[in-house]
Amino acid sequence: MGGKWFAHIILIFVSLLSVFPFLWLLSTSFKGISENIFAYPPQLFPVDWTLGNYAGVWRRVDFIRYFVNSMVVAGGTVALNLILSSLAAYPLARMEFKGRKIAFFAILATIMIPFQAIMLPVYLITLKLNLVDNFGAGPGFLGLILPFAVSAFGIFLMRQAFLSIPRELEEAAIIDGCNAFQVFWQVLMPMVKPTLAVLAIFTFIGSWGEFLWPSIVLTQESMYTLPVGVNNLQGTFSSNWRFIAAGSVLATIPIIIFFLSLQRYFISGENDGAIKG
Amino acid sequence: MRMKSYAPYLFLAPAGLVLTVFFFLPFFQTVGLSFLDYTRSIYSPDFVWFKNYAQMFADPVFWQVLGQTFVYLFVAVPVLVIVPLFLAVLINQKIRGQTVYKILIYLPVIVSIVVAAIAFKWLYAQAGVINYFVQLAGLNPIGWLTDPRWSLISVIIVTIWKGIGYYMMIYLAALMSVPRELYEAADIDGASFLRKHLTVTIPHIMPTIALVTTISAISAMKVFAEIYVMTKGGPLNSSKTIVYYIYERAFENLDLGYSSAMAVVLLVIVMAFSFVNIYCFERKKYGL
Repeated sequence: MGGKWFAHIILIFVSLLSVFPFLWLLSTSFKGISENIFAYPPQLFPVDWTLGNYAGVWRRVDFIRYFVNSMVVAGGTVALNLILSSLAAYPLARMEFKGRKIAFFAILATIMIPFQAIMLPVYLITLKLNLVDNFGAGPGFLGLILPFAVSAFGIFLMRQAFLSIPRELEEAAIIDGCNAFQVFWQVLMPMVKPTLAVLAIFTFIGSWGEFLWPSIVLTQESMYTLPVGVNNLQGTFSSNWRFIAAGSVLATIPIIIFFLSLQRYFISGENDGAIKG
Repeated sequence: MRMKSYAPYLFLAPAGLVLTVFFFLPFFQTVGLSFLDYTRSIYSPDFVWFKNYAQMFADPVFWQVLGQTFVYLFVAVPVLVIVPLFLAVLINQKIRGQTVYKILIYLPVIVSIVVAAIAFKWLYAQAGVINYFVQLAGLNPIGWLTDPRWSLISVIIVTIWKGIGYYMMIYLAALMSVPRELYEAADIDGASFLRKHLTVTIPHIMPTIALVTTISAISAMKVFAEIYVMTKGGPLNSSKTIVYYIYERAFENLDLGYSSAMAVVLLVIVMAFSFVNIYCFERKKYGL
């Protein structure tokens, strides 16, 4: 069929455009000193193969530390989002109480507030709470995590999940003498594991790639997360594109592994619109 | 349900605390700061009513930056509404290798914007790959990031490139809900590819098209990292958008009041877009 060929040609072209910038970084990262990286025509396959660029950046840049910092920040952000979103979602889904409507719309309102417009006061408050890296790694990490510890998106996602659970299950538990927290923890939470997984994955991706906030609060290089560290490569190696490319590739490997191993969550088409913009 | 009367508040308290400290308080503080002038002293600002706003409306850079933000919007949004829809329609016809296509096209969404911006900076270099093709076409090399006429569009291209896969997945989810029988009926009528999608697909997923329009507009208003990594807003402010200018004024010039006045403008614009978005297209998602 003619139509399918047309589709394949377009899709192959767009796929190439999507990966080419990375391939070109990868290619540059393997090119040795004797090879002109500005050669015309550009050479995708290095002529003078070397791992020297990787060895060079690895010696000068503490990628392991950036990676660990990113893991701590993303891990902490995910854990807090799962707990706080679920806790807040439960009464919104199931309980009648005074001020329910106000709570509901207040949370909804935070979706409309862009972080970029309030980042200055958020920074001033974080400073006031001493949650910056000058006070040590603990406060530094808290300062990176807490402003993103819960999102309205997560609360509404969990609320929808709780709404889809039949009420009879909780009623049975209450008759058995469970209190509200036990119902929440022992009955409801195990039933929303798939939604928790979705929330965890998308929160992780968002936190892992976050650049604006860490670049505002971080002052110590030992606290850098991967995006801040990668941006810093430009300063460290000025125009040594072989090293910058090698560093960028190194910093990208973890998230590519994460993406490929969990790809069904991203491309199944069921979790549309789940990443924060 | 029989519950302790304070139970709901206990459940809401932790999230409420975080949202209060890091959303509501800063929201009101942004408005408050916009009435202060920090230029005389960073420790004891003066209360100046609307002076920052007056200064803002008289600042040619503010208007330039706001204009460029809307150029960003008017270039990026149409492309991000149309191209991903087209790609989603192509993939949705149960094409072979669709998983591979989806993974490859989604890849830019996953990878850090900082790495993406560095990769493009390298492609845009004066003697870089893109200029090689420009010269092949018989033109002079272009200073993609160094020529004020090109810097903004160069940065917009990165934003578009990084967004296509994201919106494509949103469209693919929507396309699953279009009844197959409608396509079969159109096939029996002998409708062409274009006609079939104009009469069946587009009307069916109109709400999603509208949704993609508003969310891509909101994210276009908020771009920062691409600009920070590639151009720092230059040359001559030519690639600066409002978030970058807010950042620069606050954290580099320590002009907190002026920065906050611009932040209020950003708040108003984004909240208007978001309101339309939630009220018109995402009511179901939030259970309204």
